[in-house]
Amino acid sequence: MARYLLKRIFYMILTLLIVATVTFFLMKLMPGSPYANEAKMTLTQRQIMDQQYGLNKPIWQQYLIYIAGMLHGDFGTSFQYSNQPVASLIGARLGASVQLGLQALILGVVLGVIAGAIAAMRQGTWVDSTATVISILGKSVPNFVLAVLLQYYIGLKLGWFPIAGWGQFSQTIMPTIALAVGPFAETARFIRTSMVDTLSSDYIELGKAKGLSRMEVIRKHAMRNSMIPLVTLIGPYAVALMTGSMVIENIFNVPGIGEQFVKSILTNDYPTIMGITMVYCIGLVVILLITDIVYGLIDPRIRLDESEA
Amino acid sequence: MTEEKLNLPADAFDPLPKDEAQDNENIAGPSLSFAQNVWLRFKQRKAAVISAIIVILMIVVAFGSTPFINKSTLVKSHPQYANLPAKVPGMGAINGLNGKIKQNGKWVDAYAQNGVPKDKYFIAGTDYLGRSLGQRIIYGTKISLIVALVAAFFDLTIGVAYGIVSGWKGGGVDNVMQRIIEIISSVPNLVIVVLMLVVLKPGIGSIIIAIAISSWTTMARQVRAETLSLKNEEYVLAARSLGESSWKIAWKHLVPNLSSIIIIQTMYTIPTAIFFEAFLSFIGIGISAPETSLGVLLNEGQKNFQFLPYQMWYPAIVLCILMIAFNLLGDGLRDAFDPRGQR
Repeated sequence: MARYLLKRIFYMILTLLIVATVTFFLMKLMPGSPYANEAKMTLTQRQIMDQQYGLNKPIWQQYLIYIAGMLHGDFGTSFQYSNQPVASLIGARLGASVQLGLQALILGVVLGVIAGAIAAMRQGTWVDSTATVISILGKSVPNFVLAVLLQYYIGLKLGWFPIAGWGQFSQTIMPTIALAVGPFAETARFIRTSMVDTLSSDYIELGKAKGLSRMEVIRKHAMRNSMIPLVTLIGPYAVALMTGSMVIENIFNVPGIGEQFVKSILTNDYPTIMGITMVYCIGLVVILLITDIVYGLIDPRIRLDESEA
Repeated sequence: MTEEKLNLPADAFDPLPKDEAQDNENIAGPSLSFAQNVWLRFKQRKAAVISAIIVILMIVVAFGSTPFINKSTLVKSHPQYANLPAKVPGMGAINGLNGKIKQNGKWVDAYAQNGVPKDKYFIAGTDYLGRSLGQRIIYGTKISLIVALVAAFFDLTIGVAYGIVSGWKGGGVDNVMQRIIEIISSVPNLVIVVLMLVVLKPGIGSIIIAIAISSWTTMARQVRAETLSLKNEEYVLAARSLGESSWKIAWKHLVPNLSSIIIIQTMYTIPTAIFFEAFLSFIGIGISAPETSLGVLLNEGQKNFQFLPYQMWYPAIVLCILMIAFNLLGDGLRDAFDPRGQR
C-alpha cells in the first residue's frame, strides 16, 4: 500500500510538472500581447513593464522562475488586474467554485441514486421509462442551454430565485441545478444498471428468504453493493463540474475560477490562465488519487498493489 | 428399501406421429452471423432506430445543403428583414409560425410591420442582421457533424492503434504508453481544448486539433484492456505459432473482435465532441464570425432571449435533438452488440 501510494504520488508530481511545462511554453507561443494598449506605449515604457513582469529574461530563466515560484505557491502576477498576484486572485474565487461544485455534486448524486434505485425496483414500468427518459435528456441537453432557460423562465418570469449574482444561498440554487443535471443523469443510469444486476444476485434472494422486509433488503444489501462502483465516477464528475463551471459561472455571474478562466483567455492574461490550469489539474489529480484509495478501502476485492498491470 | 416396480401398460403411452418427431431435429432458420444478430437486436430498439434515421436525415440535409448554403450566403445580411419570427407557408393560424410576434402582450405581424413582401417566408425566422436562421442552423449542424466525424476519425485511428499497440506489446512499452495516457487524462479535456484554442487561432481547425489531442484516450484505454485479454486467446496463439506477422494478427484477429467496443465507444465520443464545439463557441472561444455553428447561434440567441426567444430555442432544439439521437443510437448499439449487459 505504502509503495503504491509513493508511486502514485511520484507520477502525480511528474504529471503536474509536465502540465506546468507544456502550459508555460504554450503560453509563450500565444498570439497577442499582454498589454492592452501596446500601440500607444513607448519603447521605454515597454521595457519598464517587461522588467517588472520579468518578460525581458530569456525564456528558460522565465521557466525556471515560474516553476520555482509555483513550488512556493506563487503563480506570478496577473496581467489583467495590475499588481494582483494570481494566487490570491484564484484564492479569492476558489471558494465560490468549490461550494457550487460540491452542492451540485451532492444534489446530483443523491437525486440520481434515488431515481436510479426506484427505476431498478420498478423495472419495466412507467416509472422506469420516465427515469430513463429524464436521464437521457439530462445527458443530452447541454447544461448551458438549461442554465439560460432556467434563468429566463424560473428567474425572470416566475421570479422564484435571483437571476444572477453571488452572496446569498438563494443565488446558488439555479447554478447548482444547472450543474447537477449532468451528474444526476449519469448517476441515475449507473445506479439503475448496477441495482438491476445486484437485485438478481444470490445474497438478495437469501435476504428475502430470511424474511427481511423489502426495504431492508434494498437498504442494507442492494443499495450498499450497488453504490460501491459509484466511487469510480467521482473523477469524471469532477471533470464535468470543472468544465461546467466555466460556462455556468459566466451565465449566472458567479465570481468563481471558471468565470475568471474564460475572462483570462479572452484578455490574454497568461499567468492567470496558467495558474487556473494548474489548479484544475491539481484538483483532478488529487481527486483521482483519493478515489483510488477510497475504492480500495471500501471494496476489499480491489487490491491497490495489483492494479498496476 | 425395496424399489416398487411401476407397472405401466403399453397403451398408457401415446406415440407421437413420426413426422413430428423428425421435426425436433430440424433447425428452422438459417444460422445467423454476428452482424445479422446485432442487426436483429438493434431493430428491436425503436428509439435507437428512430435516432439512426434522424441522424441520417440530419447528415443528408446538412451536407446536401452545401451548394445552397455556404460562407458567401451566410454573410449576406438584409437589415430590412432583421429579427423576423418564423413564418411557414400554410401555418397562418398558429401564432409563432405565422410571422407574428408577441410585443407588449399582443401578437403583432412583424412581417407587415417591416414591409416584407407577402410571398417572403423565413421558416425559422431571421437573426439580428436579417439572415435566415434556418440556413444558419443547417450550416451550424453541418459544423457539429464535421466535428463529430473528426472526433470519430481520431478515435478510430489514434485511439484504436494506440490501444492495440499498448496492449499487444505489453511490458515496458505498455507502461510508458499508459503513463502518457494517464498524464493526458489528468488534465481536464476542456483545459487542453481551451489551451489549444488560445495558442492557435479560434476556428474549426483549432477545434479539430484540440479534439485530436484529447478525445482518443478513453478509446485507447478500452481497446488496450480488451487487447490484453484477446492476446491470450487460442486463435491468436495459433496465428502466432503459424508465423503470422503482428500487423496481420492485429488487422485480421484483433480488430474484428474489438469491433463492438470500438463502435460503441465511437458513438459515445461523438456527442461529447458536439458538446465541446457548442460549448466553446458559446463562451466565445470557438468558432467566430463570419462562420457560424450551433454554439455561436445559441450565444447570439441568448442575448435576445427575452424579446426574441425563437432565436435561441430553434438552435437549442436542433442541438438537443442531435445529442439525444447520438446518445440513444449509442445505447441501442451497445445493447445490440452486448446483449449480456442488462438494460
